[in-house]
Amino acid sequence: MRIPPKYTQMGAIVILGAATVFTVAILIFIIIFVLEKGLPILSFNFLFTNPTDMGRSGGILPILIGTVLLPVLAIIVAAPLGIGTSVYLVEFTHESRITRLIRFGTDCLAGVPSIIFGLFGFIFFVTILGMGWSIMSGGLSLAFMILPTIIRTSEEAIRSVPKAYREVSFSLGASRWQTVRKVVLPNALPGVVTGVVLGVGRSIEETAVVIFTAGSSLLIPTSLFDSTRTMAVHFYILAREGLSMDNAYGTAASLIIAVLIVNLSAYWMMHRFIARRN
Amino acid sequence: MKIFGEKGVERLLSIVAFSAISALALIALFIFIEGLPFLFKYGAKDFLFSSDWRPESGKFGIYPMISASFWVMLGAMLVGAPLGIAGAIFLAEFTPKTVMHIVKPAIELLAAVPSVIYGFIGVVVLAPIIREIFGGPGLSVLAGAIILGIMILPTVISISIDSILAVPVSFREGSLALGATVWQTVHMLTIKAAKSGIVASIILGMGRAIGETMAVIMVTGNSVMIPNSPLDSARTLTANIALEMSYATGMHREALFATGVVLFIVIIILNSIASVAIRKKVIVK
Amino acid sequence: MKKYLLLFCFITAVIFLGCGKGKVSVTLAGSTAFQPFAEKIADEYMKANPNITITVQGGGSAVGIQSANSGAAQIGMADLVKLPDEAKELTPTVVAQDGIAIIVNPKNKIENLSTEQLRDVFNGKIKNWKEIGGMDSPITVVSREAGSGTRSSFEKILTGIRLVNNAVIQNSNGTIRETVANDENSVGYISHGILNEKVKALKIDNIECTTESIIAKNYILVRPIFLLTKEVPEGEVKKFIDYILTEEIQAMIKKDGLLPAK
Repeated sequence: MRIPPKYTQMGAIVILGAATVFTVAILIFIIIFVLEKGLPILSFNFLFTNPTDMGRSGGILPILIGTVLLPVLAIIVAAPLGIGTSVYLVEFTHESRITRLIRFGTDCLAGVPSIIFGLFGFIFFVTILGMGWSIMSGGLSLAFMILPTIIRTSEEAIRSVPKAYREVSFSLGASRWQTVRKVVLPNALPGVVTGVVLGVGRSIEETAVVIFTAGSSLLIPTSLFDSTRTMAVHFYILAREGLSMDNAYGTAASLIIAVLIVNLSAYWMMHRFIARRN
Repeated sequence: MKIFGEKGVERLLSIVAFSAISALALIALFIFIEGLPFLFKYGAKDFLFSSDWRPESGKFGIYPMISASFWVMLGAMLVGAPLGIAGAIFLAEFTPKTVMHIVKPAIELLAAVPSVIYGFIGVVVLAPIIREIFGGPGLSVLAGAIILGIMILPTVISISIDSILAVPVSFREGSLALGATVWQTVHMLTIKAAKSGIVASIILGMGRAIGETMAVIMVTGNSVMIPNSPLDSARTLTANIALEMSYATGMHREALFATGVVLFIVIIILNSIASVAIRKKVIVK
Repeated sequence: MKKYLLLFCFITAVIFLGCGKGKVSVTLAGSTAFQPFAEKIADEYMKANPNITITVQGGGSAVGIQSANSGAAQIGMADLVKLPDEAKELTPTVVAQDGIAIIVNPKNKIENLSTEQLRDVFNGKIKNWKEIGGMDSPITVVSREAGSGTRSSFEKILTGIRLVNNAVIQNSNGTIRETVANDENSVGYISHGILNEKVKALKIDNIECTTESIIAKNYILVRPIFLLTKEVPEGEVKKFIDYILTEEIQAMIKKDGLLPAK
């Protein structure tokens, strides 16, 4: 007996719709679970005082500082390197076996488990180079981790600028660098910025790499060679050691809000650039 | 800016590119240089297929970890792929455009939730439920699979929606003009056309599942045993590296690098499969 | 132009930050059993000596030995019954003693285990609580990772333990306590110094894990806590270690659950 297509469609809609609602519900549940317990903890005091008693009480000021310093250091190193590399690869070289190999390599490194960067950072920066557990070790390890992603997204963004734009610029007598500076980069900016912001987001949420390279100090860092803790690390330690569930949830809430802010600003920046060009 | 001539800029950029690429190559080489000699010294066969992992006695068999990574990844696929694809189809084809334009970015934002939070929820919410219903420690392959499945949902949904929307409108219109319902069009035509993108999204999800460390350390129990059932506690390759790397020395450390080599090779294989799938898409178009 | 100005300001700020203002820094790393105490003591010490920065990392006793060897830390913390070969180049100083408490969930009715039973539980020979007089459910053994001082000491003192392979592994004392606190069928071991009301400590051979019974040498699961330095301690490192050995701090350690170095 053949079921009329009208009914199979209704059945499909019900099943698919249920799956979708279920999926969205789970994702929302997770956010609400954390925010519900964590938002009440958030206060000016919490954000701007020092932790005491291993984090059982007090606030998360040094941790906020660490959460800002590490990704910033990572981006300062990785963004120029990454964007410069992709500009060079796309605009100043011809497609060849080498460039394909490089692209494949960066694709793979972008997908490699982050723990490998932690392993590398711990052995190379902390131990061999003797930097110890420090913002320097952590920032550099994170930079290595996000570099492939930045190269990849910048390259795609630059590549997607239509050839015609470049040809018009050349026909007007502009040099290659002038074309890149005034035509290609401004048009590729949304994609490039997205890649950078993705990198920042990944650095903020990364835990394993940070613990093994930047350590877990609760003191306000005063030099690049001091150890520090980020919110993700602090949450992990507080929650898993049962030190203070309240503070753990508070840290988690700040962490989620921080990541949301970073991602939302990415969207906003993208839309602004797209709107401006229209 | 007149300091840099055209050639100067090009040279500067080439130096930048060279440094960046050498830095990345350094990492890859470092891992291989530390890990490969171990494979020859100890024997790749014993390393990969022995289930005896006792570093203190010089035994480095990672088969239990390979098995655990495999089952956790498979489980995550079983959870994430159907839900993700179903969600993508529903949002792309059966909801008004405005709904999709709100829900899709919202889901992508949810992808930004850090993995430690997923892991934590796995420990305090999911593991007790598994313990109640099925017994056992609760910290298990099953918990890992479910949490990872949820973690890759945003990736799968987002990329699948993009692939479905990329199918030319003319395909759909042609089908509808012939009297097919939207659902018939979707499952007989649109999905087949978007297949490579959907497959790519799943492979990306697989990559993320294999590479996840914090969440699995928190919820899978980290036992060194070959999991016989989803309720068994197990240790993935990434967890193994994370748990032991800060104190491993000598051959033990080399074994961990060798594990890194294994993970590297898995990613290379996954990436190659993904790029083949995407290339097929270009040909179809 | 503005971009370059910004960059310049940032680079100066970074260099400024990088100079560290001449503060001396001492890093301790290792034993998660001693870590909470080290952090508390460090806090007190830094209040009295604002020119010193003392940072404490965890990771387990093996990390302590390794980082002392590699120089990543000036002081390695290790809670081991016997220091392994890797530590033979290091200078050890005992700063405390600590008992290892065997813990179960408060809902577990068991109160006491013999050393035989304890060994068999962790070996996996005894698989169900009912075999030792408890409820009818499988035992979930919770243990530390291989590099843990608490674990090596536990296994050395008890002898003949080959951890059952389905034991859940967690990587710090605090995490084991949390896991046991949440799982009714579990059993684990943690430093006596971090016991709290969320878990129940068992008697071993009818001897309770208390400071008194450890001092009286009745409770056998004890190990010293070593601070390991590359050379004989000197300068700031020596001052800090001496500080820990003062009567005042040793009394504080005793109050919080560890034993003084004696």
